[in-house]
Amino acid sequence: MMVEAATPRFLRPLAAPAADIGRAIAFGDDRALALDAGRTLAPWTCAYMTYGTLNAARSNAVLICHALTADQFVIGNHPVTGKPGWWPLMVGPGRPIDTERFFVVCANVVGGCMGTSGPAETDPATGAPYGLDFPLVTIRDMVRAQAMLVDALGIDRLLCVTGGSMGGMQALQWAASYPQRVVSAMPIATAARHSAQNIAFHEVGRQAIMADPDWRGGRYQSEGTQPSKGLAVARMAAHITYLSEASLQRKFGRTLQDRAEISFAFAPDFQVESYLHHQGMSFVDRFDANSYLYITRAMDYFDLAADYGGVLAEAFRRSPARFCLISFTSDWLFPTAENKRIAHALNAAAATVSFVEIETDRGHDAFLLDEPEMLAAARGFLNSVALAQGVA
Amino acid sequence: MTRPLRPDLAAIAAMIEDGARVLDVGCGDGRLLEHLKEAKNVDGRGLELAQQNVNACVARGLAVVQGDADADLHEYPSQVFDVVILSQTIQATRNPRAVLGQLLRIGRRTVVSLPNFGHWRVRASLLFKGRMPRTHTLDYSWYDTPNIHLCTIADFTALARETGASIERALALDSDGRTHPMRSDAWSPNLFAEGAIFLLRLR
Repeated sequence: MMVEAATPRFLRPLAAPAADIGRAIAFGDDRALALDAGRTLAPWTCAYMTYGTLNAARSNAVLICHALTADQFVIGNHPVTGKPGWWPLMVGPGRPIDTERFFVVCANVVGGCMGTSGPAETDPATGAPYGLDFPLVTIRDMVRAQAMLVDALGIDRLLCVTGGSMGGMQALQWAASYPQRVVSAMPIATAARHSAQNIAFHEVGRQAIMADPDWRGGRYQSEGTQPSKGLAVARMAAHITYLSEASLQRKFGRTLQDRAEISFAFAPDFQVESYLHHQGMSFVDRFDANSYLYITRAMDYFDLAADYGGVLAEAFRRSPARFCLISFTSDWLFPTAENKRIAHALNAAAATVSFVEIETDRGHDAFLLDEPEMLAAARGFLNSVALAQGVA
Repeated sequence: MTRPLRPDLAAIAAMIEDGARVLDVGCGDGRLLEHLKEAKNVDGRGLELAQQNVNACVARGLAVVQGDADADLHEYPSQVFDVVILSQTIQATRNPRAVLGQLLRIGRRTVVSLPNFGHWRVRASLLFKGRMPRTHTLDYSWYDTPNIHLCTIADFTALARETGASIERALALDSDGRTHPMRSDAWSPNLFAEGAIFLLRLR
């Protein structure tokens, strides 16, 4: 195992990453981002990455929407962690989302912490970090920001909008908000609304952050502290929900970490504890605590049907897109039932929908992993969409 | 077309009008849907239980939802499809009567094809050998068969009547896969047909 740590390393302050954020577009006061909370953001920045080449007809663009703690670095080495991007099995040359065939765009969400405007960025009005003065954002705000980016890139229609988890929420929102701009959507391991259980888990994470004395009411940047301990606990709790009981048992069981017997103390005896500590401490090196508050809140607020009189099918009534939904049998965070609910709404809206449930014990995180059936379904779906659109 | 269509599927396809909106329940690997899409410009959807079959369909550009006819049909709105197809599947459902009721509700017309358990070989097998019949179309032992609700043509005809369906057309399938128009209440197809195809609508 990776770590032996009686005292978790996450007590140390965050190394400020003066990292490369990839590409970025600065939107001026004349191109304000209108937010659901009733405020506007201007000026604001959208950080993003692209992979592959936009064809002459501008018809091969695939927008990838990232999940809660991911970012625009889908593939290639991450500038902060130095590790590969978060979706290398799905995206790349010869992969299902083939960067030799498609022009892949992924933007850091608004409220994020990899270069797009968010609570950790400097408020141009004050010259100080926004902190909690940053307005609350929603999934629809994230999508509105992406639409402005896509406009700026000169792309009218997206061949596919896809993503897992919160990325899937954005894909659904795209189809609802911009039906004429979405040729196909492939939401994976997601839901059209955040469940009570998921809101509850998010609240545990937020309370852990806010209970950290170094959070300082959200002003930790100005005060030179980092709520690393709170953020790490939030990550540890959340990470459990990304796995499954079966996969935890299979990976760790009751195996002890670097010892033959239990210690009769609170240092991590079990491998699973060390694993979680590692997850927590590696997370605080790359993620901002206030961003975590904002983005989890955006997911909590997501209820697509609520914007359409409570009838989910109405959200897709105007969508000519083809949909491919994918869920995983052991995902208890975004279970198959939630994905099926979307499929049924799409059927009721007479949309063209495919739905695949993948058998796996790897839980919610399966969408990031080597699941051959998922990759095959994605490849087949995207290929048939591309052929129908004449994308070579 | 790359592969010839199975004769019973070809007979079903012949019942479907160009450009129709079709739901194929238990669509397997999507052979029929693909044919209908290419040959008849049909707007087709599928429902299929097996993950690999669903994947095969998605890879061919078909719109197929993984699901269970017994559990999921009630989610579909009423009268949204021109034709709903249930091909060689009804005998594997847990509640054939409820499934048939759902099909008649969802589609303006319903096509059901089924193996005929009243065929003389089946009857002879039980009569002379005293063993549960195994045929080339139903090649399972009694203990591992997915076909838990087998019926005869006469049985299905009675069920259709009970669920309020009128039989618009009925075809008998012989052992060579040829189809013959039949009167569904006649005794001879129930004895000699390997299977049957019914075109139904709610009365």
